[in-house]
Amino acid sequence: MSHKQILAVIGNGMVGQNFLAGLVKSGAAERFEIVTFCEEPRPAYDRVHLSDYFSGKNAEDLSLVEAGFFQDNGITLYLGDKAVAIDRINKQVTSAQGRVVAYDKLVLATGSYPFVPPVPGHDRAQCLVYRTIEDLEAMTAAARQAKIGVVVGGGLLGLEAAKALTDLGLETHVIEFAPRLMAVQLDDGGGAMLRHKIEALGVNVHLNKNTTLIDDGEHCLHKMNFADGEKLETDIILFSAGIRPRDDLAKASGLAVGPRGGIVIDNQCRTSDADIYAIGECALWNNQIFGLVAPGYAMARTVVAELEGAAGSFTGADMSTKLKLMGVDVASIGDTHAKTPGALVYTYQNGASEIYKRLVVSADKKRLLGAVLVGEASGYGTLLQYCLNGIELPENPDALILPHRSDESVGLGADALPLSAQICSCHDVSKASICSAIEAGCNSLPALKTGTKAGTGCGGCVPLLKAVMDSELAKLGIEVSTDICEHFPHTRQDLYNLVMIGEIRTFDALLERHGRGRGCEVCKQAAGSILASYWNEYILKQEHIGLQDTNDTFLANMQKDGTYSIVPRVTGGEIKPDMLIALGRVAKKYGLYTKITGGQRVDLFGARVNQLPLIWQELIDAGFESGHAYGKSLRTVKSCVGNTWCRYGVDDSVGLAVELENRYKGLRAPHKIKFAVSGCTRECAEAQGKDIGVIATEGGWNLYVCGNGGMKPRHADLFATRLDKETLIKYIDRILIFYVRTADRMQRTAVWMENMEGGLDYLKAVVIEDRLGIGAQLEQHMQHIIDTYQCEWKTTIADENKLKRFRHFINSDDTDDNVVFVQERGQIRPANEQERKHFKLTEVA
Amino acid sequence: MSDWIDICALDDLQPDSGVCALAHGKQVALFFMPKEDRVYAVGNYDPFGQANVLSRGMIGDIDGQPMVASPLYKQHFNLQTGVCFEDDSVRIETYEVRLDNGRVAIKIAG
Repeated sequence: MSHKQILAVIGNGMVGQNFLAGLVKSGAAERFEIVTFCEEPRPAYDRVHLSDYFSGKNAEDLSLVEAGFFQDNGITLYLGDKAVAIDRINKQVTSAQGRVVAYDKLVLATGSYPFVPPVPGHDRAQCLVYRTIEDLEAMTAAARQAKIGVVVGGGLLGLEAAKALTDLGLETHVIEFAPRLMAVQLDDGGGAMLRHKIEALGVNVHLNKNTTLIDDGEHCLHKMNFADGEKLETDIILFSAGIRPRDDLAKASGLAVGPRGGIVIDNQCRTSDADIYAIGECALWNNQIFGLVAPGYAMARTVVAELEGAAGSFTGADMSTKLKLMGVDVASIGDTHAKTPGALVYTYQNGASEIYKRLVVSADKKRLLGAVLVGEASGYGTLLQYCLNGIELPENPDALILPHRSDESVGLGADALPLSAQICSCHDVSKASICSAIEAGCNSLPALKTGTKAGTGCGGCVPLLKAVMDSELAKLGIEVSTDICEHFPHTRQDLYNLVMIGEIRTFDALLERHGRGRGCEVCKQAAGSILASYWNEYILKQEHIGLQDTNDTFLANMQKDGTYSIVPRVTGGEIKPDMLIALGRVAKKYGLYTKITGGQRVDLFGARVNQLPLIWQELIDAGFESGHAYGKSLRTVKSCVGNTWCRYGVDDSVGLAVELENRYKGLRAPHKIKFAVSGCTRECAEAQGKDIGVIATEGGWNLYVCGNGGMKPRHADLFATRLDKETLIKYIDRILIFYVRTADRMQRTAVWMENMEGGLDYLKAVVIEDRLGIGAQLEQHMQHIIDTYQCEWKTTIADENKLKRFRHFINSDDTDDNVVFVQERGQIRPANEQERKHFKLTEVA
Repeated sequence: MSDWIDICALDDLQPDSGVCALAHGKQVALFFMPKEDRVYAVGNYDPFGQANVLSRGMIGDIDGQPMVASPLYKQHFNLQTGVCFEDDSVRIETYEVRLDNGRVAIKIAG
């Protein structure tokens, strides 16, 4: 038996956790007994998206640790226990709680701390920093008694913090010492455009401001005094003036640190002690501290390789970034300040659209050295590839930032990228690994994402990923047919447009003009759904009957034995006792099996086809209407009881659920649609697992989109916050019709979203900013659907002709003798094969 | 010995869709394709789903062959030969159909 070495890791932040995950994946973990210290009360979480905490995410959402990670991999985690000393001679780490852990190898991932400028008064109450979830909790608590908040520092994190303050409803100011925002990443022009856009969002930006004193305010808690004599009163001050490496532990143990801080490491991330490594923001490589997460991950990979015995080295990292600050796209690549000798600069500024772009190219105009993009950053992926891979620029480099108004493509073709090009920087996926995944059979975006993890981080590389995929598939001679079936050389989206533009009202006309053959269940159902969601005619009209599958034809859900189940609408899950009694009475009379559904309704099973109209007549008389459980259409709007009863509720979730369900009932879509409304963030209605989820907050309704339960669960994306009801409904109208028009057949909103180029941001642009200029049209379309709603069962019951179909035999009143029920737990269920045989024998005898 | 059995009027059938008839105690699915003026008759029993449901399946063609898709698990059956497209070892009954004077008759063993 081999003796396992002990590996201690100090710090369980993003980089520390990434290191552990990488180690486990590599298999090297098996050679070590691993111990990790985490001074915070919870294991690693996503600090990059910290401000999401204020737009509805909680600590769990931000967690980066898979459930059971530590236990499953035999890693000992000391949570809430800070390492306080390293004894390098005896190779031991001592913790604040007095634990002493011996180590063979030690990894320092202690991160950084926010720098607070030593201004007199900086330690007053409500002077906070912005780094941990505890900091956010302190901010939230402070904001309750505050009206005004100031962020000191106009860098990347400072602007994130400013967003958090505005999300908390405070009048927000940003104080920056430098003459522009994001001084490290942007040039003056880019900084000015960013300032303009951020001020338009209601944040006050003060540049060239040197704070000299913080003392008592007259109207607010504090008064900030600046070197230029100006003053500003505020209730909260958040310091976000940069980070400093946490190297105190290393320094005290005698490890080499830089003159301005940072644990000195070599290319293998080794400190001055060969058994101790340092990674992330605490490490100093080549006199540089890397304040981004990607270089930290690269260091983590290097140490994993080292421990595995493979060759790994960290040789610096690209500091390019692309992000969205308060909704504004900002990107910065390479030498933005044109410090390279002889560098040439191109700028493009569009005041009307508030776009600023700058290219820095080499003296010979052949290589891209740097770029700044503000307001529009879709070119980031292409530009980054030019810069990182030294790809030769086109003859007129400015074409890369000028708006293209003709058909010519100025993007970088995927073929121009070398195999070593990094496509996804979040997960470090190269073009080579993407190509081999495609050769191995991943020939769709979702398959490629699952297979390589590319595009599953920030999502910024998805357009490039798709370009690589398309080009590789073409080279392999694989033609990916997007035709809906053999009868139409079109996608569902094409068919939708053909119906719309050609004003086509029947399947026969569609087939005649655009298809061939007789059709099949695939194209017929798709056409049936398209016609229904565009014209909203009665689906059992003679010309539409053949397009409906059995559930739609009989307006009920076929079960395994050929009988049907019935689900009347119970809007918002709210039901009067009399209605409940009526359901029970009907179920009892027809001997139906009853079960409560997940959507807060009652499902009645075991109805024979001839019983359906009889049962529905009674249900309609009792006041029920169709629940559309049989259709690819809106199902239910689930709700919690809301503030009418609940102690914690902040708004009337049931009232809104009823209103939404009544508004959208009957809407036919590419697949079923489920909603939920929760009355507070405890989320009892599970709205984040629904296609459309709404959660009440103090400031209004938060809207979530494209969630899913089922086989492949997906958490819904937060789409917009603090909406009033009118805006909420406008957004939902637009989202639903856009989904109806653009999704593939049988595509739930979750998959629709995952496949949408531009993803959530694109959907927001279409719905909120109305970038395509179709907002009003989408709303009108929805209004048409609402105006033409009918209960399909009421229409059917009233039509003698339609009722003729509801019998098992066209030429006999007999029923299907293959349908046999037995009793179980006091209700019926379909007999199994053996029970059925037995039944037939006894019947014959 | 097979007989021609009168089932119903052509008007009783559902254009581009199916109905079920009872003939000599057997359940028969009838599909009416008005554009080619044809009626197909096959057994109503779905051998995969083990239920009498094929008359409630959707119809169309695969490579020009007329077919019905089971409403339960979506296997396709050739309406002329009864052979399952997904598994040609499985075959359902098929029956000859006669259209005469607005009436539909099928030939079935008694």
